[in-house]
Amino acid sequence: MTKTILTIDDSASIRQMVAMTLKGAGLNVLEAGNGLEGYNTATTQTVHAVVTDLNMPVMNGLEFLKKFRQHPAGKGIPVILLTTESDEELKRQARESGATGWIVKPFKQDQLLAVIKKVTGA
Amino acid sequence: MSNDPAETFRQEARELLEQLEQGLLDLEHNPADDDLVNAVFRALHTIKGSGAMFGFTDVASFVHEFETAFDKVRKGLSPITPELIAVALDAKDHVHALIEAPDSADGAGEPILAALRGIVEGDSFPDAPMIDPAPAAGVPLEPTGRWRIRFRLPADALVHGTNPMLLLGEIADLGPCEVTALVDAVPGLDVIDPESCLIGWQVDLTHADPVAALDDVFLFLKDGMELSIEPLAIATMSEPELPPAAEAILDILAEEVEALAVVADVPAPKAAKPSKEPREATVAKSETASTSMRVPAERLDELMDKVGELVIAQARLSQLAALSADGNLKTVAEELERLSSGLRDTTMGIRMVPIGTIFSRFRRLVHDLSRELDKEIEFITTGEETELDKTMIERLADPLVHLIRNSVDHGLESAEQRIKAGKSAKGTVRISAVYAGAEVAISVTDDGAGLNAARIRAKAEEQGLITPETRIADQDLYYMIFAPGFSTAKEVTSLSGRGVGMDVVKRTIDGLRGKIELTTRPGEGTTFTLRLPLTLAIVEGMLIRVGNGRYSIPLSAVEECVELPASVATHSRGRNFLDIRGSLVPFLRLRDLFNTPGEPDAHQKVVIISSGEGRAGLVVDQIIGNNQTVIKQLSHLHSGIETFSGATILGDGAVALILDTSRLVSYGQAYEEKFRNESGRAAA
Repeated sequence: MTKTILTIDDSASIRQMVAMTLKGAGLNVLEAGNGLEGYNTATTQTVHAVVTDLNMPVMNGLEFLKKFRQHPAGKGIPVILLTTESDEELKRQARESGATGWIVKPFKQDQLLAVIKKVTGA
Repeated sequence: MSNDPAETFRQEARELLEQLEQGLLDLEHNPADDDLVNAVFRALHTIKGSGAMFGFTDVASFVHEFETAFDKVRKGLSPITPELIAVALDAKDHVHALIEAPDSADGAGEPILAALRGIVEGDSFPDAPMIDPAPAAGVPLEPTGRWRIRFRLPADALVHGTNPMLLLGEIADLGPCEVTALVDAVPGLDVIDPESCLIGWQVDLTHADPVAALDDVFLFLKDGMELSIEPLAIATMSEPELPPAAEAILDILAEEVEALAVVADVPAPKAAKPSKEPREATVAKSETASTSMRVPAERLDELMDKVGELVIAQARLSQLAALSADGNLKTVAEELERLSSGLRDTTMGIRMVPIGTIFSRFRRLVHDLSRELDKEIEFITTGEETELDKTMIERLADPLVHLIRNSVDHGLESAEQRIKAGKSAKGTVRISAVYAGAEVAISVTDDGAGLNAARIRAKAEEQGLITPETRIADQDLYYMIFAPGFSTAKEVTSLSGRGVGMDVVKRTIDGLRGKIELTTRPGEGTTFTLRLPLTLAIVEGMLIRVGNGRYSIPLSAVEECVELPASVATHSRGRNFLDIRGSLVPFLRLRDLFNTPGEPDAHQKVVIISSGEGRAGLVVDQIIGNNQTVIKQLSHLHSGIETFSGATILGDGAVALILDTSRLVSYGQAYEEKFRNESGRAAA
């Protein structure tokens, strides 16, 4: 079955880049512009993994993550955070909020694919 | 949307920079607003992140420094001052330059950053690493060995999306291995928490450098998990790990794990027994997330063109249907009419953009002008939400910039002059937009000195526009500032006063089928008002007939239609006024105006139209009905014709001219004034 990945980012260019990369690897991609949109999508459609930005208007990545993990549909779904910072404090927060992994920007397309493969097996 | 993410980034960065500028300007007035500070910070952050992704490294590193400086502000370590805002705006401009023309922006960044640093307490900002430091290399180990790896994942690993099967798969890819589950921590099934990851694993692996390899495997988990790696003696390899009874339990648990792993694939409710409720139910209930997309403007133009053609074709069909006795054809024609008018409205709606999008640019302009001219200015905008056709808004930007410059530069006096005149030292420039019938009125108002009639007169004489003997009303004199090459500025400043401008403003507004009006009061200020049609493409029109010619009147300008009273029709050649419920409305006989040959119809109608400045009646032979008027511009050859604003194609293929209602109303007004003057003179 083709896996569906949700990309949440307020930056259209990053979303587009993530989407192109994943589609290029034969995955389905859904897009959302902030955490709340992402939450609405992820809890109503079948999503096999989420790649989300941290710093977003309306609802940021960590808030999304906490809320998503509390929803039945959000348990066990891999969520990858895109961060600009690589500091340990942030990673700790991310883990506590329920992140499966993270990618530090700027990243290469291969890195993204490798992480997606790692967490979904796709 | 462009397929090139770099181009998308550019577009996005432009918008973010605009938001940034907006935020900075707002901050100047509300320095304590944390939301604004955060918005500014977020805009910077996104530009930095995306810039680095798409190879705009200069942008990313510059913004990084910018962001670091601004972080001090966010943390309350540095106050927001006008100087800080000014430098931050410069920095924003530099980022803009870096994105648009990286080569030309070389070297301009460092002084800006230095200034920025100077303001936020002269600190220097060490570059934070933008890339995750490479994981520490493993301890050198023997070339290839056999290793016993034991690991336990954090209890919440399954919920947090980690699939142990995939991790084991990754380990298996490293080399030959044997996997054993460690079930000692698994409690009885009656108390087991199915979401917790309670099983540990022991893997005997043959590999050269398992420390580094496993670092990769457990990349996201290594801080929260238990992991031990020990070299394995050959002898222990074949040792039976568990008694046979445990093997059986293990099989059951493996299934359990498999089931849990499935959780990662298909979201299931929390309960141990998966609920059988279909997920579709939740899908239907939830609201759709609102999304928007970018479309190139040309495609919208194309769409509008095609809708225009469709409307014409539909009009033709309606006409055929009206002549036909075929009921089915009539039904289809009506259906199509309804659909095409809906399609037209939607298409036009797509093209409507709130005018606030350009107002925000002006705030920067006023801010810069204020500093440059050393005039304190309050800039007020109202009616940002007023929507106008996108093409129109783009073409309005330049004229409005000019009007605002003009107001700030020529309109507002210096602080000393203002105080001397008994006004506050701070001048006000106001830009507002409101709907007025089928038009949008955009005004630029200043509370400055007002236009100087004497100086305009002198200049007009110097330019040869009038002679010293010419008698001219002040109001008409004021309009001379729109004459080409006209400028009264005593000295040319870099901002305005080169004499190119007001005439260009007028030309642009004319080109948009709009009008420019000005009112001024000495000592109190000047208002320029632009009146513009809502759209340039299609209007609802009222089709009328005069003689054999058909004409379209924009329906939004039509107030009512009345019969021309027989008495007025025949007798009042000299007095063209109608009594409309007590008020006198001047009327124009289109027959006379258009030199239409032949006899007028027996029962003529009057269409009362209005524009911002008044009302007028148009005497026509017949009112045919409503039609959707797709506006086609008249050729250059005909653009001088005053009473028509364009032409349209009717259902039968004939051409109808579109009446320029505001022009006709002013004809009516002029007529009224002339009549008043004459009757006044007669009375005297």
